Amino acid sequence: MGKQTPLYDKHVVMGAKMVDFGGWDMPLRYGSQIEEHHQVRNDAGMFDVSHMSVVDFTGPDTRQFLRKVFANNVDRLTTPGKALYTCMLKPDGTILDDLIVYYMDENWFRVVFNASTHDKDLAWVKEQAKSFSAMEIIEPPNMAMIAVQGPNARAKVGAVFDEPVRSAIAALAPFTAAHFGDLFISRTGYTGEDGFEIILPAAQVNDVWRSLYGEGVKPIGLGARDSLRLEAGMNLYGSDMDETTSPLESGLGWTVAWEPEGRDFIGRAALEKIRSEGTTHKLVGLILEGKGVLRNHQKVIVKGQDGGEVTSGGFSPTLGKSIAFARISKEVSGTCKVEMRGQQMVATVVKLPFVRNGKSVQ
Amino acid sequence: MSNVPAELKYTKSHEWVSVEGDTATVGITDHAQDLLGDMVFIELPDVGASFEKGGDCAVVESVKAASDVYSPLSGEVVEVNEALADNPEAVNNEPYASWLFKLKMSDASQLDDMLDAETYSGVAADDSH
Repeated sequence: MGKQTPLYDKHVVMGAKMVDFGGWDMPLRYGSQIEEHHQVRNDAGMFDVSHMSVVDFTGPDTRQFLRKVFANNVDRLTTPGKALYTCMLKPDGTILDDLIVYYMDENWFRVVFNASTHDKDLAWVKEQAKSFSAMEIIEPPNMAMIAVQGPNARAKVGAVFDEPVRSAIAALAPFTAAHFGDLFISRTGYTGEDGFEIILPAAQVNDVWRSLYGEGVKPIGLGARDSLRLEAGMNLYGSDMDETTSPLESGLGWTVAWEPEGRDFIGRAALEKIRSEGTTHKLVGLILEGKGVLRNHQKVIVKGQDGGEVTSGGFSPTLGKSIAFARISKEVSGTCKVEMRGQQMVATVVKLPFVRNGKSVQ
Repeated sequence: MSNVPAELKYTKSHEWVSVEGDTATVGITDHAQDLLGDMVFIELPDVGASFEKGGDCAVVESVKAASDVYSPLSGEVVEVNEALADNPEAVNNEPYASWLFKLKMSDASQLDDMLDAETYSGVAADDSH
């Protein structure tokens, strides 16, 4: 049996099919995964993301430390509440994790790491922090996290909080956060829809979950979370990137802050070398033209030869077709073939995302 | 607990069969559809095709995985449920009404080897653990 979030009993009572995810027992789906997907695209749904790890970096050395360990530059963060998406790299330029870092104040940055990478991330930052004496790394204990996503998320989340939180939610700009004591609310997410991620004490999370349910926000499992993020063109750590790939071949070149040149972040020298020599592969979107579903690790065939592989595949409820991310040879455009169940099927190579604001952009 | 109608016969690979004369109607069980999740594509055999008992004859593909359907009996396909092409989720909603194909059996004695509802319930329960 895996670790349980504070909402575990709620999931079971609501009839969820539970699965292991990074050592946690998490809801895969409560009923129909496709209906859950549409619920988020058309109205509002909520996800238990309490398995993700919240880590606070505090003290006067924090900014200098994060300038070193993150490939994106935290100097872009100067306004309290502002968020930044970044990769954390190894010296060889491959990806340890992807994360969001929030600027709380000059002595406090908050980071949300992935669940499955928690132990190695903590070990890594603690090792790198040895030469930064004026900084502490704190994991706030007994926290929970709910994501509420969908076009109606804003109104429904506002309705479950009292003033002044309600007004702050209404005023929150995209990719920013506000906090009220232990309650932290950011206008972020992993679905391509408007919405919020709410970090709060575990002791309060069941009440908030119940209140959201009362507002018509339906619970959504990991299955729909995956198809939503796939449509939205958002990478999943461990599938689309890992410790064998750099941001430059993972569609994440835009998250690497090359300027200023003097910022010597971990992985910089290796990435500069990769950039000057040129990458051989790129991460693209695929749309399957025929029937069937693209699945992780299926082989991509280009001109009869090995051209790469599907990193994340699935069925897109919004497009009514199968879609995927694939890491393929850089020169490929137009179409390719994917080896599926012994047959080669034609797929169209497209730019990400597949869906924006609830509508197909393909 | 999944639904296992008493009047049907079953296979360990989660197909169900109902028999009328020498024709067997074949589908997948409630337990199978629940394991697979939302169906998105269903590939049916051609009418006129013949299968041996245990031969793979159809594919049900869900959001989670593609899964072969094995012919529970030997025989020739005499009809397929074409409505499933546009409405694969019918297999999720009504697994025992949403048959996949009908076989003209070549050896009705094979029915004796199939599982009854009680035995299949035990197989499905073990499988869930």
